[in-house]
Amino acid sequence: MAGRKHRLLMAVSILVFLFIAVPLVMIAITAFGEASTIRFPIQGFTLGWFTAVFASRSFMSSLLVSFVLAAAATLLALAVGVPATYALSRSSSHGKKLLSAFFLSPLFIPEIVVGYALFKFLVISMRLPIFAALVVGHFLVVLPYVIRVVGASLEQFDFSIEEVACSLGCNRPQAFAKVVLPNIGSGIIAAFMLSFINSFNNIPISMFLSGPGMSTLPKTLMSYIEYSYDPSVSAISVLLMAITVALMLIVEKTLGIASLAK
Amino acid sequence: MRKPLYALLVVPGVALLVVFLFYPLVAILSPTFYDTNGLSISRYLAFFGDPYYMKILARTLRIAAIATLVCAVLGLPTAYFISRQRRGVKSFLMALSIFPLLTNSVVRAFAWIILLGRNGVLNDTLLKLGWIDRPLPLLYTEFSILIGTIYLFLPLMIITLIGSMDNIEEDITEAAESLGASRVAAFVKIVLPLSLPGILVGSVLVFTGTITAYTTPNLLGGNKNMLLATLIYQRAMSLSDWTGAGIIALVMILMTLVVVLVMQRLAGALDRR
Repeated sequence: MAGRKHRLLMAVSILVFLFIAVPLVMIAITAFGEASTIRFPIQGFTLGWFTAVFASRSFMSSLLVSFVLAAAATLLALAVGVPATYALSRSSSHGKKLLSAFFLSPLFIPEIVVGYALFKFLVISMRLPIFAALVVGHFLVVLPYVIRVVGASLEQFDFSIEEVACSLGCNRPQAFAKVVLPNIGSGIIAAFMLSFINSFNNIPISMFLSGPGMSTLPKTLMSYIEYSYDPSVSAISVLLMAITVALMLIVEKTLGIASLAK
Repeated sequence: MRKPLYALLVVPGVALLVVFLFYPLVAILSPTFYDTNGLSISRYLAFFGDPYYMKILARTLRIAAIATLVCAVLGLPTAYFISRQRRGVKSFLMALSIFPLLTNSVVRAFAWIILLGRNGVLNDTLLKLGWIDRPLPLLYTEFSILIGTIYLFLPLMIITLIGSMDNIEEDITEAAESLGASRVAAFVKIVLPLSLPGILVGSVLVFTGTITAYTTPNLLGGNKNMLLATLIYQRAMSLSDWTGAGIIALVMILMTLVVVLVMQRLAGALDRR
């Protein structure tokens, strides 16, 4: 498609990419302005808003909450999801369809509804600690990712290898740990990355589940934006984008970026 | 020995979903089917008869429909463009499309606060150019929700479409062009029909995503332009109106399911063709 062949196509695509990129680039620039409210173009240059963010207790404590929460929800989803997907891939077709639909069912319940249901049931009725409710909620959100991504890589796996291991003297759990797991390793890493970032970015569940001293970073950021308009929001945005870039680089180096598009 | 082992592996997941998803859902939904006289759908009749709620429902559907259409119209040529690039360029452009999807939606909505606000970039520029005398009310309108929503979901549409366009052989379109079809005709008659499954999936993702998204309408819509997602939050958290929130919850679930089922029907019909 060289030269003038698809000029219109190229023009539209360039406009679309500008539309996608410009707002994010603009946020990044406003993080370095000296004025006390966000101005564009910026006057002066300072890194002060970044130091302000790192010095802010509410931002740092909610960053920690988000990290621990994403790790906990993802590990729980892997611990529950990987064995379930394995069992699904080895069972007969009629039960399999029904069960995998069941495991993917959280996808069809709007997250804001899940958040409300958990708030009402776990926090109001059961009086569970907020963090426990958060882990449960984020687990429900990321489980379908694990089921799908790990399921896809199990479909590629040739189970006759596992049979061979068994006939050579491995018992079932040994065969699973030594033969199956290493072969679906990349699927598990991809599932981990996708789950982690989706939990880390989640808003609807976290909006309902927060309490004194217990709020995720996106929720803290959201409340902050409602009352203030200073470049520290831009600075946090830059930090979040940097984390995203780092994650994408890791994925690109290990699995190829296309694995995130599935 | 083998059958029970497999069953054992599935049990924890099934149990967690039943206890923490389905039971809570039943618990919030069942009170909506009772009124003071017992079992009844009067609460739903009241909901659908209330012009205030109907305005919000209509606004939600309107924004979802327009956003889906715009995403499809902009996403199709872009995805086609990307799918026809050399490998290196292609993966770079794909990464550029995936990046916003992995970036927090608060950040992506905030960008439009900076752009559209009273003292935002757009108003600033227009004032300086002397095109307007006072700032235009762009933010906290239906328009700003729409822009924010398109911004949120366009990359998702593009990525979904690339998936289905990768399967179209370049030879086919080239053959059509060498046989005399114009480029536009080749696109409309070959690429478009072959990407229909992708368009369908992408549209469902954008539409259901829009009717359930919370961040964008909350940050860009303000109190006067609520959508269902911001309404359910207000009902539950500000007003403790549990049955009201339950009704909206069921309406949102049913809308999502209907859209997905219609899509599956359409996809099935496409397959048989």
